[in-house]
Amino acid sequence: MKAIRSMVLVSSDPKSIENGANDVYQALQHELTSFGLDNEVSLTMVGDVGRHDASPLVIVYPEAVIYGPVKKEDVHFLVEEHLYKGRVAVSLQAPVRELSGRIAWLSARKGTLPAEQRIVLERAGEIDPDSIDDYIIRDGYQAFATALTAMTPDQIFDTLEKSGLRGRGGAGFPTGTKWRFVYKAKGEKKYVICNADESEPGTFKDRLILEGDPHSIIEALAIAAYAVGANEGYLYIRGEYVLAQERIRKAILQAKGMGFLGRNIFGTDFNLELHVHAGAGAYICGEETALIESIEGKRGEPRARPPYPTTHGLWGKPTLVNNVETLANVAPILRNGADWYRGFGPKSSPGTKVYTILGNVNVTGLIEVPMGITLREVIAIYGKGMKNGKTFKLAQTGGSSGSIVPATLQDTPMDFDSFSKAGVALGSGALLICDDDTCVVDLARVLLNFFRKESCGKCNPCRIGTQRVYEILTNISEGTGSLNDLTDLMNLSDNLYQLSNCGLGQTAGAPIRDIVFHYRAEVEAHIRLKVCPTGVCSMSGKRI
Amino acid sequence: MTIVPIDGKVVLEAVRTAVDRYGATRDELIPILNDVNREIGYLPGEALDEISRLLRVPKSHLFSVASFYRMLSTKPRGKHVIQFCESAPCHVAGGREVWMAVKEALKIDEDETTPDGNWTLVTTSCLGVCGVGPVMMIDDDIFGNVDAKQVQSILARYH
Repeated sequence: MKAIRSMVLVSSDPKSIENGANDVYQALQHELTSFGLDNEVSLTMVGDVGRHDASPLVIVYPEAVIYGPVKKEDVHFLVEEHLYKGRVAVSLQAPVRELSGRIAWLSARKGTLPAEQRIVLERAGEIDPDSIDDYIIRDGYQAFATALTAMTPDQIFDTLEKSGLRGRGGAGFPTGTKWRFVYKAKGEKKYVICNADESEPGTFKDRLILEGDPHSIIEALAIAAYAVGANEGYLYIRGEYVLAQERIRKAILQAKGMGFLGRNIFGTDFNLELHVHAGAGAYICGEETALIESIEGKRGEPRARPPYPTTHGLWGKPTLVNNVETLANVAPILRNGADWYRGFGPKSSPGTKVYTILGNVNVTGLIEVPMGITLREVIAIYGKGMKNGKTFKLAQTGGSSGSIVPATLQDTPMDFDSFSKAGVALGSGALLICDDDTCVVDLARVLLNFFRKESCGKCNPCRIGTQRVYEILTNISEGTGSLNDLTDLMNLSDNLYQLSNCGLGQTAGAPIRDIVFHYRAEVEAHIRLKVCPTGVCSMSGKRI
Repeated sequence: MTIVPIDGKVVLEAVRTAVDRYGATRDELIPILNDVNREIGYLPGEALDEISRLLRVPKSHLFSVASFYRMLSTKPRGKHVIQFCESAPCHVAGGREVWMAVKEALKIDEDETTPDGNWTLVTTSCLGVCGVGPVMMIDDDIFGNVDAKQVQSILARYH
């Protein structure tokens, strides 16, 4: 084995690639060889490491020095100074900026941000995702080995229930309890499914976990399969996430090669086969029964529930469906115990939550913090304040199916219980921060356009309701709305919630209810005065 | 638009390659359709006929699946497909101006193909790279932080 003394990471998010990350990588390869360092310095392309202001980034470990933006002409100097002579090439260092959270060098600077706590993203960005050895060195497959050889399914459920882990897909159902349901369901054949059809607008945490730490999901799925008594599993990965699919496919092969998957795992009589199933572009397939339909080769239309997938899932068999982020918590909990996990976040929703920060803030990106942080903290600490010194107006949480959180609620702790008390939803963890240049009517119209297009069309309330709401909002934004429209909007929002078959339609009305409730004056200005207070809407006088 | 007639043999070969790769079972239907769609650019009637025969699934079912998913198309598309993200995060970050610039540059509207058959313009929901919005995807390449002024130079790379 080669003795590696330094590791060099090159960022490869879309922005970095656009700014020449590939050229930098090739130049590094060339320079390392010409300095004769290629045997002692490893070179890796990593995914998104968070600093979009200075991409492409080159990060050198173990010193954790960040260089950026690096051009291919700089590479010779960088290699000579830092890797050959051992001095930090100060002139190339990335401008100092406090953490955006989603950064690879965090462990080197732990303690600078008290709120940041990484469980789910512990390894993402720090290990080579294509290497199972990297994963194993960082405690990988330890929890699976322990579970399989020293724990009964009951002990696993107890640990998860005690830890208080709740599903991170949006609904917040207790994970241990769900696993127990599947375990208790009658039937020889059972399935486990990882829901990686992440399509909630503004959410890309699952992509990061899959791309940055694919083995963590495979390990968790294997633990789940052992616990509930399944010997076949699927990872349903969104069709657009091509890199994530590749990495997971590769990881499965590696795990098979090591004997972590396949037959007689760890010498026990437990067998497990995992398949990757790529989606084909449909938001609704994130709904678990629609996802199951899609694996069966049908249109992704949600089934009527009950019966729930825990008893009648894939091919009618008991099936466990868990979101990527939920699964990523499983191995750390089994390794460190339920009490350790309960130490993070508030009592009612322990653990951490991965948020994506987007919109009109200075730093966008991804953070993992304990549950219960407030919006004001997120904007001030991680977002580095509002862009151009504007005022915070509202945040849209959880992608399109979340809520609109007005500025008045920015000090409410973001956890499942506090938010539901305040009448807003946490959703999937996207935080779209909007400044006072944002028009609520325009925003609601964009959100409804999404639901209108993504509605699967199976049930009428959702198919017709979302279309009708979109039309009314369009009329208001063109200055041709009437006050009756407001009553219609409220009724439609209510109908969508009460009558729709699945979560898509049930939540589609939420933004409408929120804007009329919190920003009625602004909406009425569009109708009564035919003026858009922020000047965003076109007010052309057209009517659908 | 000019539609280049597709070679029946090419279609059949694409279908057979995909079916061989995944196996002729119904739970592999979507991966098979996906592969054929990537290979040919869309799903022509001949392809659906052949898949129907090999998998023993009615063509009506195939059509219902093919017309459901956004990444599958039953109509011919241009040489390059632009998927423009129209979800809220990109919209708030200035996506509308870029959208207007793209439409202006290609002189087509949503879901249309240019007369020379080079470009098809579609909108899409979130592509999961919201940190760098506004985002558009041309074929398999993602462009982030797109500015209305950059549109021409980005499009010029594809000829």
